[in-house]
Formats: sequence, structure tokens, C-alpha cells
Amino acid sequence: MSAALFEYLLRLGDNTLVLGHRVSEWCGVAPALEEDIALANTALDFIGQTQMWLAYAAEVEDKGRDADALAFRRDVWDFRSLLLVEQTNGDFGKTLMRQFLFDAFNVLNLTALVGSADVRIAEIAAKSVKEAQYHLERSRETVIALGDGTQESNRRMQKALDVLWPFAGEMFVVDAVDTEMQKAGIGPDLAALRGEWVAIIQPVLTSAMLTLPESDFAHKGGKTGVRHSEHLGHMLATMQFLPRAYPDAQW
Amino acid sequence: MSRATNEQIWKWLDAVPDPEIPVISVVDLGIVRGVAWDADTLEVSVTPTYSGCPATSVIAMDIETALMDRGVEHVRIKTQIAPAWTTDWLSEKGRAKLEDYGISPPNEAGGPEQCPRCKSKEVERISQFGSTPCKAQWRCTDCLEPFDYFKCI
Repeated sequence: MSAALFEYLLRLGDNTLVLGHRVSEWCGVAPALEEDIALANTALDFIGQTQMWLAYAAEVEDKGRDADALAFRRDVWDFRSLLLVEQTNGDFGKTLMRQFLFDAFNVLNLTALVGSADVRIAEIAAKSVKEAQYHLERSRETVIALGDGTQESNRRMQKALDVLWPFAGEMFVVDAVDTEMQKAGIGPDLAALRGEWVAIIQPVLTSAMLTLPESDFAHKGGKTGVRHSEHLGHMLATMQFLPRAYPDAQW
Repeated sequence: MSRATNEQIWKWLDAVPDPEIPVISVVDLGIVRGVAWDADTLEVSVTPTYSGCPATSVIAMDIETALMDRGVEHVRIKTQIAPAWTTDWLSEKGRAKLEDYGISPPNEAGGPEQCPRCKSKEVERISQFGSTPCKAQWRCTDCLEPFDYFKCI
């Protein structure tokens, strides 16, 4: 049980960690000051949520590691993040499309986790879901504004959707860990969230003048750690450099 | 030193300013959830506003320093995340101080009630996010002044 719970918490914490770091890469280089601030704030929320998830994961594991050790001293194959969140930022439109696809899932997943049989998970979810709803509100509006913007912005948003779509399906793939969590009343049935997710994204994409790709093909291997994309290692090289080169550095 | 009363401790804490919005205290902000003595250690429960707010660790340090300055020798800060902080916990005093300072207080309608400067109701949003995790940027279309709005969560 505790092995599966540890695995499950790593998935939650690694998603927010990897996406939080990705979004933070925009700090200082976003297309407008307001967007720069918005992205940095979103990243901050994710890093804050990561601290809660990974701190709990470390306690469950009980091997003397803490949240920092989990974040900075694991290599690619020990990460349990979805392939979607490790995709590169691309342009501003691709970043916001990735955000929107994840935010819609995140709100549904966290809303379900608020009722988790695991009190600690329920508490972290209750704290995080408020922030996730705010993220979704923003990414939804931005996707519509860019999709239903100029010919060029529409073209880029459609391209972003087409590129990211094959990575979205992994969010709803259920494996033995998910099943065990679901049986224990800890986590939701991820496959069942897919319908609600489509109900959120479909009308938004329609308003954004974008076409949902037809193929249901989904790349897998992120949340199990079996096959991460080539991008994650590069991201970790940047993210983990300092604590690895200067162990236990303080400031 | 004899133990300070809870009433006295709350008064001391009400003099600790929020590091990002120094016009209100940590008590006004509603993030101090409780104070209790555990033998000779004073335990203060603090809840974060936004989970990644960088001010959280500064707030813990400021509370500790303020209490030690008043002669409390052992202070322990406990982070409490449930129930999750909401802007409903901002005190009335805090809301009034924010408005005077030029930050529009949170409003259930989802946006500022009025421009904190000229009190016009004609306001528009510039961005959902602002200079700190708890604020958004708005603008008054009458006096044209941009201002911060304390997000309602």
C-alpha cells in the first residue's frame, strides 16, 4: 500500500514540479509584462503545490529523503510526470495550450481528490484546487483570445493543439497504482474523468475556432517513468545543476 | 518570564506587518490560525495564502523575531494548510486599510467594487495576476489610474 501511495504522490508532485519549472522558463522573456507576471505566478503556485506533494511523498517513503531530495536528486527514470508537462514551451501559444489541456484535467482531478479517503491528500487538494481553478480561467480565456485572434495566431494555436494532443491521452490512462488508489478510496477513476475533460475543452476549442484532432492515439510512459521524452533530461540538467554541483548550498 | 496571555500574544502579532503589504498585519490577513503554549514553547499556527507564496518563510521569521523581542524564548511556527485560507478571513480593519493604501479589497463579485483612488465604479481588468500571488492588476477608466486588486479566493 505505502509503495503504491508513494508512487501516486510522486506522480502528483512531479507533474506540478515539471510544469512549474517549464512555465518559470518564461520569467523575464514573456511577450508582455502582464503575461510574464502571470506565468511566473502560475509557476510559483505549482512549485508551492510540489512542496506539499513531495513532502508527503517523502514521509510516506520514510527513507530519510525530503521534498528537496526528491526534486533535485532523482534522475529522469525516477520521475513520474506526464509526458504532456515535460514538452518544451515552444511559442507563447503552445505554452498556453499545454497549460489549458493540463489545467482542465488538474481541476477535475483535484476536485475529486478533495474527497480522498487520505486526509492529507484531501487537504493538499483543497488548497491546490482553488489555484488550479484560477489557472484554468486564465488559460481558457487566453486560448480563445489567441485561437480566435489573427490568422497567424489561429494557425499557431491549431498547430500547438495538433502537436500536444497525442500527449494528452496519458492523463486518463489507468494502471495498477491508480486502481489500487481508487479501490482504497484515495484517488478517482482517471478513465472516467475523460468525458468531463472533453466537456470542458470542447466548447472552448470551438470558441477558439480550433479543431479537435480525431485520433485518440496517446504516447505513454511518463507517469510510469518507463519512457520519458528526450526533453526531460535537458530540463533537469538546468533545474538540478545548482544543488548537485553545490550539495546542501544555503542562501 | 511568566507566560504572556493569549490576548497579549494576539496583540503582539497584530503589530507584525505583512512583508509584501506592510499596511496590514499578519493577523489582519487572517493567516494566524492559533496560538498555544506547549510547556515553555509558544506554538503559532500559520496558514499560507497561496501555496507558493515566497513571503511565507519571511512571515514565519518575522513572527518569531517579534515574539522573541517581547521576551518569548521558545517559539515554534506550525504550518497548517487545512482548512485552506480564504480571503473571507481578512479582517474588516484589514480591508479598510487595504483600500486606504490603494489596494482594492477582495470582492465576491470577482472584481473590485470601485477604484480605490477616485471611488469610480468604472473599472477594467488589465491582468488576472499582479505583483504578488494574492493580487491582480486593474485600471480605473475614469481617473485612468492602474491599481492592485486583492484576488478573492
